[in-house]
Amino acid sequence: MTFLEALLQHSPALVIATPLLSAFLLPLVGRINAKVRDVFALVMLGVTCCFVGLLASDVLSHGPRVYIFGAQNLNVPLVRILFEVDSMGIFMAIITVMLAVIAVIYSWSFLRREDGLDKYYTLLLLVVTSALGMELTGDIFNFFVFLEISCIASCALIAFWVAEGEALEAAFKYIVISSVGALFILFAIGIFYAQYNALNIATLAHLLQFTFLDKFALVILLVSLGMKAGLAPMHMWLPDTYGRAPPSIVLIIMSATLASFYGILRVVFTFYGNVLTTSLRFSLPAHVVIGWILIALAIVSILIGVIMALVQTDLLRLIGYVAVAEIGYMFLAIGASVASLGAPYATVALHGGILHIFNDAVDIGLLFLVAGAIYYVTKKRSLDDISGLARTMKFTTIFFMIGLLAVAGMPPLNGFTSKFLIYESVYQLNPILSIIALLGSILLLAIFVKVLYAAFLGSELPALKGVTEAPKSMLLAMGFLAGFAIFIGLFPNLLLDTLVKPAASALLDHAQYISMVVGGL
Amino acid sequence: MIEYIPFIAVVAMILIGLYAVMFRRNLIKIVIGISIIESGVNLFLIILGYRDGGVAPIFTSLPPGTKYPEEMVLPVPQALTLTSIVIGVAVLALMLSLVMHIYRKYGTLDVQKIRRLKE
Repeated sequence: MTFLEALLQHSPALVIATPLLSAFLLPLVGRINAKVRDVFALVMLGVTCCFVGLLASDVLSHGPRVYIFGAQNLNVPLVRILFEVDSMGIFMAIITVMLAVIAVIYSWSFLRREDGLDKYYTLLLLVVTSALGMELTGDIFNFFVFLEISCIASCALIAFWVAEGEALEAAFKYIVISSVGALFILFAIGIFYAQYNALNIATLAHLLQFTFLDKFALVILLVSLGMKAGLAPMHMWLPDTYGRAPPSIVLIIMSATLASFYGILRVVFTFYGNVLTTSLRFSLPAHVVIGWILIALAIVSILIGVIMALVQTDLLRLIGYVAVAEIGYMFLAIGASVASLGAPYATVALHGGILHIFNDAVDIGLLFLVAGAIYYVTKKRSLDDISGLARTMKFTTIFFMIGLLAVAGMPPLNGFTSKFLIYESVYQLNPILSIIALLGSILLLAIFVKVLYAAFLGSELPALKGVTEAPKSMLLAMGFLAGFAIFIGLFPNLLLDTLVKPAASALLDHAQYISMVVGGL
Repeated sequence: MIEYIPFIAVVAMILIGLYAVMFRRNLIKIVIGISIIESGVNLFLIILGYRDGGVAPIFTSLPPGTKYPEEMVLPVPQALTLTSIVIGVAVLALMLSLVMHIYRKYGTLDVQKIRRLKE
């Protein structure tokens, strides 16, 4: 076995191990010198990227991979944890490492004047580890453990600006919401274990009977994961935390949020995949009920996000509400896909939803980085206090305009593709839904044009005389995201064919996911 | 009936905890509420693994004559509970330190008064 093959074989473990170990090595490295520490964090994330890439190429060409921690064969006593990596998991892992690398590059300049950065990078790598773990694991208890890691580490990161009371408030809100959510997920895990004596997702999905307790557990899982993903009506923590955490952290927390969203996909499509077509009362199949509930919550999210964003004056908080609306679009696509399971447009909706995960990460991430750059140079949060920045911050203005058009779903940029897929498929389910979704997009455009006028155009304020362009590493990070937005906008098929379609078929083909574990091992 | 009492206790603890988290105004009481939910869930996991008259699930030192695995208490829920307790301690410590900082900043623990993040 060559070295590369060995790496490939153990890549699921290495993807988790590299950021985890480097997280704890980092304070030691930080003793040497701050520059070495920053480079170390980036290099270790780069190594993780390589492992994710290696794993992705393998999974996409040879199908799902199972990696066993612990006992290799089924003799008693059985002590082991399985990782099961399919194209959906790896798609999310790619998004996570991408966001992490960009956040680290951005924080080089952004947090240059702060202290406590050893702990900052440690926690950042821990959140990355936990998000990757949630995405790659095949064991539901393991999922819970990674969820708790992400909850603890992100909460500490949100309170990074500990001198501000608002940051503490946001962090406390976040930890209350996410720890209660995580405890309920543990309760649901207990319910599964009591009935089926198993913790593996594939085994559980195979055994699931859809008893009353299973329905109860489904409700608990959807509510708690939806809460962590920022779905209305439990969205209120999201603008608070996104608005108060340092913008580089927002990218990382966003990857944890998206991992929770992935958890919902996994629960609905894989976990309950076998029983989705079972009839509930009044001969309504379960998938229609689940789908329409998700759609209703998604519509509420879109409307709340957009309407609340309209009245905000704090730029970071405004983008936080837009993030709620974007989460709503993802749920709308997923709900439509579940509700119309089996129809040809269900697959289209799923493609749109999965592509929108990526686009949301890129667009909202870009806008947060731009808002962070404005905050960095002006130290102002409110839109009333900033004006005429386009004169001095040319690149930032361009990046903001790219982000604006991408979020609003304007044609040459990436948001257009996914939103168009969503409108198109949702229209076939019910035209009113697609009208609401379109209306939301138009309002998003209006909101950001307002921000563009308020912050970048207009007369120069005397208080902002000394403002200069943002530092280079911040521009580089924004440039990466803007580049992604344009590239995917121009060549959406590249991403659709290589990553999104395999991910969607992996979700729809739950039988394959189950047979990987239940049949052979 | 008697065997349902632990489950009733679990539900009661979770509901009491939820009540505290949602309707109490003092931050410390919210933290206590989360602890109560956590204890309820841990209790739930422990009851799941309980077997009447079972022995401790240590595979290498089973008392002679015990049938494996029928006469053993289930080991997995206990492992889960241990993990969950450890996580719970970490969350509790973090929450209390946040409460401490909030008290220093705002001079109060009343949620109604700690509301700079409005709208």
